[in-house]
Amino acid sequence: MAKKYDLNEVEVWDGNYAASQALRQAQVDVVAAYPITPSTPIVENYGNYVANGYIDGEFVMVESEHAAMSGCVGAAASGGRVATATSSQGFALMVEVLYQASGMRLPIVLTVVNRALASPLNVRGDHSDMYLGRDSGWIQLDSFNAQEAYDMVLCAFRIGENMNVRLPVMVHQDGFITSHTAQNVSPLSDDEAYAFVGEYQPYNDMLDFSKPVTYGAQTEEDWHYEHKARQHKALMDSRDVINSVFEEYKAKTGREYKRVESYLMDDAEVAIVALGTTVETCLLAAKQLREEEGIKAGVVAPRCFRPFPFDMIRDALMNVKALCVMDRSAPGGAMGALFNEVSAALYTTPNRPIITNYIYGLGGRDFSVKEAKRIFKEQLAHAEAGEITTDIQQFSGLRGPKLGFFKTKRS
Amino acid sequence: MNGLDGTEKRGIKELGAEKLVGWDEVEQGVVINSFEGDATGVANVHAENRNYSDFNSYTATVASWRVIKPVYNRDYCIDCQNCWVWCPDSSIISRDKQMLGIDYDHCKGCQVCSEVCPTNPKSLLMFLEATENDEALAGWPEKKEKEK
Repeated sequence: MAKKYDLNEVEVWDGNYAASQALRQAQVDVVAAYPITPSTPIVENYGNYVANGYIDGEFVMVESEHAAMSGCVGAAASGGRVATATSSQGFALMVEVLYQASGMRLPIVLTVVNRALASPLNVRGDHSDMYLGRDSGWIQLDSFNAQEAYDMVLCAFRIGENMNVRLPVMVHQDGFITSHTAQNVSPLSDDEAYAFVGEYQPYNDMLDFSKPVTYGAQTEEDWHYEHKARQHKALMDSRDVINSVFEEYKAKTGREYKRVESYLMDDAEVAIVALGTTVETCLLAAKQLREEEGIKAGVVAPRCFRPFPFDMIRDALMNVKALCVMDRSAPGGAMGALFNEVSAALYTTPNRPIITNYIYGLGGRDFSVKEAKRIFKEQLAHAEAGEITTDIQQFSGLRGPKLGFFKTKRS
Repeated sequence: MNGLDGTEKRGIKELGAEKLVGWDEVEQGVVINSFEGDATGVANVHAENRNYSDFNSYTATVASWRVIKPVYNRDYCIDCQNCWVWCPDSSIISRDKQMLGIDYDHCKGCQVCSEVCPTNPKSLLMFLEATENDEALAGWPEKKEKEK
């Protein structure tokens, strides 16, 4: 029986420590990991908890992130509660196996501390790795601070392990800004947390010798399509489960989460859509603009990046006049991915607000409240002009000459 | 020996989509059951007595693309089990350490069994798929003298 922590009502934890404590409280059976900056402390701490008797589990040391996720797939297929952590290059190396995990419907939890992808090599936070996973068939939850990193990990087990879901879940936090910034975190007690997450329920586990099963079968054109369609439906249908897990979590902790978070949106005329720590920066900017200049600014943030909340994005934004979607990932010859998805959702609304795109913060480039205010005001200018007055895609905080692409097409 | 090599159940159908089911009927995660019903202790049951599921390749022919095949000659075999140990596809049929023959429904013709056969002449030799086994056995090579 694992030893317990005696936690204070409020602890001072950084995002990594918060995530690792959630893994401990969920009593994860197996962590196969290849540590990488900035997510290293998550799995390092798990190793400590195992070594010191606070988890009855196994830490599996492997030779790469590809092997780490492969080990997780094996352990999950065997019937254990499994988690690991990674970032950036490690995430990229895991990608092949991410698709295996979701295709085999294994509810692994991957804590991703978002970091830029090389080249040039960079250890700071941006969302390149999170975007790299967006077609992988995983549920992707995003946290904006250390408290949420803790909360989302506990919710992730409940969501992924639900018998109607059985899909792997990533919990994202911003590299360094969240992962290495100590903040106040209100944890549940060990008993409360474990009661919320619950005992792991195996399904089609390989260690059930009364029913030997094969994982990783080959299906060609006759069956592959049907399996992928069923997997997609499970991911889409997980929206209801995510809603109800969040509701249950609110009842337990008083902290309310939604698949799309809306801040100051009731009467908002202009909005910014963002992910990660940028959400809090923009929220501060919106509050200041409302107080100082009476600008009705609001912030919308997908808490759940996958399945993409097409429904709730529409509800949150269909009545604003102009909005900017912020993408913290090099778009690689396209508009930002979040911009594209939010635009697609709002195109199906009667109002069709003006939408522009900013690329920002790559490789940990700072994004300030001042810049967020400037962007809000730019949206106001679009709204007043009734059209986009700038390039549709712009770059925020970029040194050198201004860079931008595409104007509104009028004829 | 009838039944001992599992021929009644083995290789009775082509592997593949014998029935195309709807997308919502497929087993989630492409997890495949090897056996029908409770399979507790199945490791101690001979293959021919196991209740293999339709998804298990034991009941299917999966060797249609073989171009050369091993032929087994009982006259020279010493039942050393080398071929049984080395065969990567469990296609050497052996019972109580006595070699019985080749499972042609699963053998891919990789030639490993013939390579590891220690007898002189070999008890397993490779022939073109179209060659009849009787014809192959009739033309079996003589024992080779050791070169001094």
